[in-house]
Amino acid sequence: MSIFCLFVLITITLLIGVYLYRVLRGPTVFDRVLGLNGISTKAIILLVVMGTFYDRVDMFVDISTGYALLNLVGSLAIAKYLEERREVF
Amino acid sequence: MSLNELSEVARLFMTPIAIGLMLVGLFFLFVAAVGVLRLPDVFTRSHAVSLTDSLGTLFLLGGLALYQGFSTNLVKILIVLVLLYLLNPVIAHATVRAALRSGLKPWTREDA
Repeated sequence: MSIFCLFVLITITLLIGVYLYRVLRGPTVFDRVLGLNGISTKAIILLVVMGTFYDRVDMFVDISTGYALLNLVGSLAIAKYLEERREVF
Repeated sequence: MSLNELSEVARLFMTPIAIGLMLVGLFFLFVAAVGVLRLPDVFTRSHAVSLTDSLGTLFLLGGLALYQGFSTNLVKILIVLVLLYLLNPVIAHATVRAALRSGLKPWTREDA
């Protein structure tokens, strides 16, 4: 199971690269926000898998809960700000 | 057979199921990444980010929770899963509504 957790960790890290490409090259700013949302979802999964790898799930799960809530606040703030401004760039 | 041995047997039995579920989850996450890379505009990409990603997360975290056995860790992982399922659609909806209201035209077949 430890080796499999390592495999999952490496695969998800490679998938984050795809989202990072979308954040860097996205034609509009909304693509970048969506890409950041995807990256933070991957980070939450990554933290739980890392907890299983180190046998300390009880600690890592709390960190990932906090990360999920921070992701909600940040993404909603950016989305509301862009909605009020009403211009595409 | 004591309770401890029973839990050992259960873990031995659950590990292949957990690995299978996590492989299915990895497949869905891979499909979501391909969608983010290949789809043409924000509105189509938001499907890949919110829907397929949530499904992959369900399978991956479900497999991890099964591997934990019957403990508080299982409940904590399920709490994270429920939280993700509440928050992910909200963020995707807010972003796409902001995109639509700021005047972005959805992709149609004529644009291809």
